[in-house]
Amino acid sequence: MGLKDWIEAPAASVVPAARSKLNLLRGAAARLTTPLLPDDYLHLANPLWSARELRGRIVEVRPETQDSATIVIKPGWGFDFNYQPGQYIGIGLHVDGRWHWRSYSLTSPPNWENKKISIAVKAMPEGFLSSHLVGGAVPSGTIVRLATPSGNFALPDPPPEKILFITAGSGITPVMGMLRTMNRRGQLPDVMHIHSAPTESDVMFADELTALHAEHEDFVSKVQLTRRDGKFKLSSLDQVCPDWRERQTWACGPLPLLDEIEDVWKAEGIDDRLHMERFAVSRIDAEADGGTVTFEKSGKTITVDGATTLLEAGEKSGALMPFGCRMGICQTCVVPLVSGHAIDLRSGKQHVEGERIQTCISAAAGDCTLDA
Amino acid sequence: MAITDIKEFSHLTAADVEALGRELDQIRLDIEDSRGIRDARYIRRVIRVQRALELGGRMALFGSRYRPAWLAGTALLSLSKIIENMELGHNVMHGQWDWMNDPEIHSCSWEWDQTGPSEHWKRAHNYQHHTYTNVVGMDDDLGFGILRMTRDEPWKPINLLQPVANVILAATFEWGIALHDLTAASKLEGSAKGQLNSQANKDFARKIFHQVGKDFVLFPALTGPAWKSTLTANATANLVRNLWAYVVIFCGHFPDGAEKFTVAEFEQETRHEWYLRQMLGSANFNSGKLMGLMSGNLSYQIEHHVFPDLPSNRYPEIAVKMRALCEKFDLPYTTGSLFKQYLLALRTIHKLALPDTWLIATSDRAPETSSELRFRESGFKDAAMAMVEDLRTDPVTGKRVGLLTALKSQARSRMPKRKK
Ligand code: FES
Repeated sequence: MGLKDWIEAPAASVVPAARSKLNLLRGAAARLTTPLLPDDYLHLANPLWSARELRGRIVEVRPETQDSATIVIKPGWGFDFNYQPGQYIGIGLHVDGRWHWRSYSLTSPPNWENKKISIAVKAMPEGFLSSHLVGGAVPSGTIVRLATPSGNFALPDPPPEKILFITAGSGITPVMGMLRTMNRRGQLPDVMHIHSAPTESDVMFADELTALHAEHEDFVSKVQLTRRDGKFKLSSLDQVCPDWRERQTWACGPLPLLDEIEDVWKAEGIDDRLHMERFAVSRIDAEADGGTVTFEKSGKTITVDGATTLLEAGEKSGALMPFGCRMGICQTCVVPLVSGHAIDLRSGKQHVEGERIQTCISAAAGDCTLDA
Repeated sequence: MAITDIKEFSHLTAADVEALGRELDQIRLDIEDSRGIRDARYIRRVIRVQRALELGGRMALFGSRYRPAWLAGTALLSLSKIIENMELGHNVMHGQWDWMNDPEIHSCSWEWDQTGPSEHWKRAHNYQHHTYTNVVGMDDDLGFGILRMTRDEPWKPINLLQPVANVILAATFEWGIALHDLTAASKLEGSAKGQLNSQANKDFARKIFHQVGKDFVLFPALTGPAWKSTLTANATANLVRNLWAYVVIFCGHFPDGAEKFTVAEFEQETRHEWYLRQMLGSANFNSGKLMGLMSGNLSYQIEHHVFPDLPSNRYPEIAVKMRALCEKFDLPYTTGSLFKQYLLALRTIHKLALPDTWLIATSDRAPETSSELRFRESGFKDAAMAMVEDLRTDPVTGKRVGLLTALKSQARSRMPKRKK
C-alpha cells in the first residue's frame, strides 16, 4: 500500500473513487479524528456535510392532488445525478426520534441543473410515512437521509421509438420521471400513455399531461376515470392502441393490474417487451405468521412458521448467522432486514425493510430477506 | 459456595419469581412504547457536548506549554474521553439507541475511543458478561482473570500481589479490557493462541495503531513545539479516563451485596430468574444528573443489568419502579455513595489477597459472597424449603418476609450487644 492509499483508506468506502483529492483530505482528517470520521464533526455544523451517507434537505412540498404531493429535495455531498428515469430512491425521515425508511420513484429528470430531485408521494391509509409527508407535517428545510437511486424499471437512453405506458394511481410517478426526461431532452417519441384514476381530482400531474399532449403530437394521453367509466379493459387495447404489440411497454400500478398485464403479454409471446414495477403494498401482517425467509449473503432460503426466530431459521437453513446470548440482550445477532417484514416476539413490534433487527427475538411476518 | 438456588436464596417461590418477572417485562414494554423524540434529543445533545469537549481540549493543547492551557486541555480531553466511553460507546454498543434506526448511532457501526476494537468488546461484554453475569467460572469480568473477588476461587500465592495488581489494572484499564476482549474474540474465531495473523489479532493491531498513533504521535506532532506537553496531556487524559472507568465498573459489581452464582444455578435458570440474578448480582451508587452522565448511567448498574438495551437516560425512572419492586418482594437493593461502594470493593480486593485460613467468614456467609446456605446455618431452620415457607410471612404482622428482612435480622444477631 502506497502512502497515498494509506492516507485515503479510512475514507475509501464513503466517497466515490473518482474524487481522489477529496478522499486524500478526508482520509488525512480521519487519521486525526479516529475512531470517528471527520463527518462526525462536520455534520454537527451542517447536516448536509456527510459523506458517510447521502443526505438531502427538503426544499418544497407541493400538493399534487388532495392526497398526494411532490417533495423537492436538494441532495448534499456525494449525490450522483446520473440516475435513470424511472428509478426509485430510498428516503429516511426522522419522526418522533426514529428514522423511517421508504422508497419512492423519482419524478425529476436526471442531471437537473439546479441540483434538485423530486419524488411524488401518495398518502396511503396504512402508510405512516406517506401520510406524514403528504399531510404537511414535514416542513421545508427538513433533513432527510437518501439511498442511491436504484431499480430496473428504467428508461434507456435513447428511448425506444414506440412506447406504451400503462399506469394506475400513484403508478404514474416513475413514468412521469420518464416523460419529463424525454421532454427535456427534446426526444419525446411515439408515446401512448394510459392512466387510470378514480376521479378527475385524483389524477396526479393532470395539467402537465394535458400540456404535454398539446405540445407533442406523438404523445397521446388517455386518462380512464374508473369511477365514471369503469376499469380499463386490456381487451380494448386493440382499439385504443392498435400497435401495442410492437411497443416497449412500461407498466406500474396495483398488483392485480400488473398480474393481468403480465398474463396478456405472455399469452401474446411478447413479454420481453414488458417492463413492470411492482410496489409491494407496505402492510404488515398483524401476527407473525411466518413466511419464506431468504438469507442473501449465504444464498439460503427456508420457509418457517411465526414462532421460529429468524436466528433459528437461518441456522436451520445453513446460513451463516452471528449469535450470542439468544435472549435479546447482547445485540450480537443484529442483521439488516433487506425487504419484507419481521416481528419482535417480545413486544409484538413490527420491523420494516431497512431496519436492523435482532434475529434471536424476531420472527418472519410474511416473506422477508435478511442481509446474512 | 456462591448461590446455587436463587429462589431459595431470595426467599421467593417460583410463582413469586414469575410475578416479579412479569412486572419487569411490563416496565420494559412501557419504556419501549414511550421512547421518542425526547430521548433522541438527549443522545444527540450528549454527542454534541462530547464533540465540543474533544475539540476544545485539542485546541487548548496547542498552548499546552503554558500550565493553565495544559490543565484546561487535559481536563476537557479527560471529560470528553469519559463521556465518549461511558455514556456513548458503552451504551450505544449495547443497542440502547438502535430503536432510532439511525445508522450513525447504532450498535452495529459504533467505534469507540479505546484501544480495543468495538467488535471484540461487544462479544466479551454484551454477550459473555451480560449473559453469564457473576457466574463463577463463566463470567470473565469477575476479577478480569487477575483478581480473586470471591472465596469460591481457591487462593493461590500470586493473589498476595492483588493490591499491586489492582493498581496496575486501574491505571491501564483500557488495555486490560482490550486484552480481555481479544481473548473472547480469538475464542469466537477459534484461532490458536500463538496464531499471530488471526483476524482478531489483526483487528486488534489496527485499532491500537490508530489509537496510539493519534494520541501519542499525530496530535503531539501537530502541536509542534508543544509536542512534549501535548503528549503528557494525552497520556494524562487517558489515565484519568482509565481510573474513572475502573472505579465505575468496580462499584457496579464488587461492593458487598453484589452476589455471585454457581454454574448449577445458571444451568437451570428460567428467563425470569435471569432477571433476579441480574438484580442480586449488581450494585448501584447514588448519583445525580451529572454523575449519571459521567458514569454512563452505570450508577444504575442494577437497572442496566436487567435492561441492558433500554436507553440509559431512562434508568433513573426505571430505578424508582425497581426500588418499589424490591420493597414489595422484600429484596435488597444494593446501593450507597460512590465512596462507600468503592471502599467495599477495595476491602474485598485486599481481604481476598489473603489465604482462606486467615479469613473468618466462609464463602457461604461472607460480606462479599454468600449463598442460600447462610440461612440454613443460621439456626432459623434446617430444612431449606420449610424455611422458605415459614419465612415468607411474618406471623404477627402478616407482612411479607423475604431476603432483605432475613439479611437484616442476621446482621442484627451477629452484632455484639451494646453495654448500657
Ligand atoms: S443473540 Fe444476543 S441479542 Fe440476539
